[in-house]
Amino acid sequence: MNQIAAKPPAHVRADLRRIADWIEPGSRVLDLGCGDGTLLAHLQNNKQCVGAGVELSDQQVIACVRRGVRVIQQNLEEGLALFDDHQFDTVVLSRTLQSMHNTERILREMARVAKYGIVSFPNFGYWPHGWSILRGRMPVTGEMPYQWYDTPNIHLCTLRDFEDLAASLGLRITDMATFKGDNEIKILPGWRSTLAVYRFESGR
Amino acid sequence: MTIDSPHLAETSAPSKFPSASASGTPVPPGSVGYVAPELIRFDEPLQLTSGQVLPQYELAVETYGELNAERNNAVLICHALNASHHVAGMAADNPRDVGWWDNMVGPGKAVDTDRFFVIGINNIGSCFGSTGPASINPATGKPWGAAFPVLTVEDWVRAQARVADYFGIDCFAAVMGGSLGGMQALSWSITCPERVRHCVVIASTPRLSAQNIGFNEVARRAIISDPDFHGGDYYEHGVVPAHGLAVARMIGHITYLSDEVMAERFGRQQRAADTNGEFRYGYDVEFEVESYLRYQGEKFSKYFDANTYLLITRALDYFDPSRNYGGDLARALQPAQADFLLVSFTTDWRFSPERSREIVRALLKNKTPVTYAEIDAPHGHDAFLLDDLRYHAVVQGYFDRVAASLGLPQRKRTTGVLA
Repeated sequence: MNQIAAKPPAHVRADLRRIADWIEPGSRVLDLGCGDGTLLAHLQNNKQCVGAGVELSDQQVIACVRRGVRVIQQNLEEGLALFDDHQFDTVVLSRTLQSMHNTERILREMARVAKYGIVSFPNFGYWPHGWSILRGRMPVTGEMPYQWYDTPNIHLCTLRDFEDLAASLGLRITDMATFKGDNEIKILPGWRSTLAVYRFESGR
Repeated sequence: MTIDSPHLAETSAPSKFPSASASGTPVPPGSVGYVAPELIRFDEPLQLTSGQVLPQYELAVETYGELNAERNNAVLICHALNASHHVAGMAADNPRDVGWWDNMVGPGKAVDTDRFFVIGINNIGSCFGSTGPASINPATGKPWGAAFPVLTVEDWVRAQARVADYFGIDCFAAVMGGSLGGMQALSWSITCPERVRHCVVIASTPRLSAQNIGFNEVARRAIISDPDFHGGDYYEHGVVPAHGLAVARMIGHITYLSDEVMAERFGRQQRAADTNGEFRYGYDVEFEVESYLRYQGEKFSKYFDANTYLLITRALDYFDPSRNYGGDLARALQPAQADFLLVSFTTDWRFSPERSREIVRALLKNKTPVTYAEIDAPHGHDAFLLDDLRYHAVVQGYFDRVAASLGLPQRKRTTGVLA
């Protein structure tokens, strides 16, 4: 089921390209909140990975099926009970952590089902957010385009906040990358980046 | 297990077939057209799970589309409790008799007969042309009746495999079924792993629960305690246990529908209320739902065989591939080589999504490729026969991938639910 034409890597967002770089060719990957299966299709077609996705939306599930990405329809808030311990090499949670009710639980579950975890989330520490708050307003920016009353993003954090949580859960951070739009941000990322991507190894 | 085709015609067909007259009914787009079954005779004895042997048997079979030269485009559709080989199209002798999965199978439909060769087989023990309890037992010259052997899902799969041999099909592109049909598909993937490329299991379960068996037992007791049952040999008395069979159907029917759908369709609406909407204070039909169930029961008892109802509910009860593996479904599914698609429906309380998730969990554990869609549909177990866009889009998307992986041509058209 892999015949779908691989999208040229240039069309894959910079953060997804970086995530793909961190994943070993031929490894087993679970993508939580996999959307329309872009990342998994890319990994299947270009890195011979064996992938599975988890997605809640009907339309996204249909999109995955159409492009030959294996997908399990379920709500991530219910945990990963369908998956056995160490079933995957890498588990990805892209741009979803900040909207989960039980942040610690999903990170623990990720550590249970795979050796490596990759998470990405909007960086609340992005400096215009502070400016916005100084002006008396909740920040509304590209990675966080919602008003305070309709945002799905209930657990926003900064880079350092996340690093503290990872440490407390025994997750050893092996790599990190930060982006603003399609550009990687290497200088003062805590202030200047809008999106952070971390790779961690579970504590076992 | 499911609504029968006449019932399906009530719910979805009138708009599509407005002028279904006895002759000259036009073939609607997406229909395979007029179809007639082929009766295939097998003289090689069939060894049954029970230890008994069926010396010879006939199977009623319908096919749609064309088997390609590579013989790799065949799809087997397995039927549930009260359905048959008549999966799609209009019966040649009665255009109103539309196949039970006609919304799924046809040219341009999700299971696209422009590209796939689709086979429907009436299982042995059933009552639509294949050898069953109402057939003549060659040993006695009389109907089998109570002497007809008890069958299992595995026995059906063994018989179906001979139909595959008959057509020269080494490996199915897909074996697919809903409910009890899904059990057969699952069983195919375990017992004939090298003959199934894709296994599509819809609204099914790896085993019946105590509650499921309980409902089956009530249905069977209704039949067996009917004075016209005569120990299963009612044929020679010239009667049928119609009352018992109707009650069995009524209870079955309740389990196919969700509470929501029954509330919406019938609520507490009264049937022929007394003046000023008063109750009649008696035991005849008082509520619409009673009228509906009685109608369904009576209609069913006129065309279905009571012994077949007993036999098929028993086959349901017995199905449990994990039984020989200490209840470990993953171990039972270890031989499977197919890619799987599972679909369940949130309001199905007969075979709830949790039953499908059990299968998904076992397949994931075995690192067997699986896709699982859980459709939030209001219709209960019956949803697998109905026109749900998301459900049909998933199945169509899946079969289009199957076609691509086999090098079959691109879809030419989209008809039916997704048109």
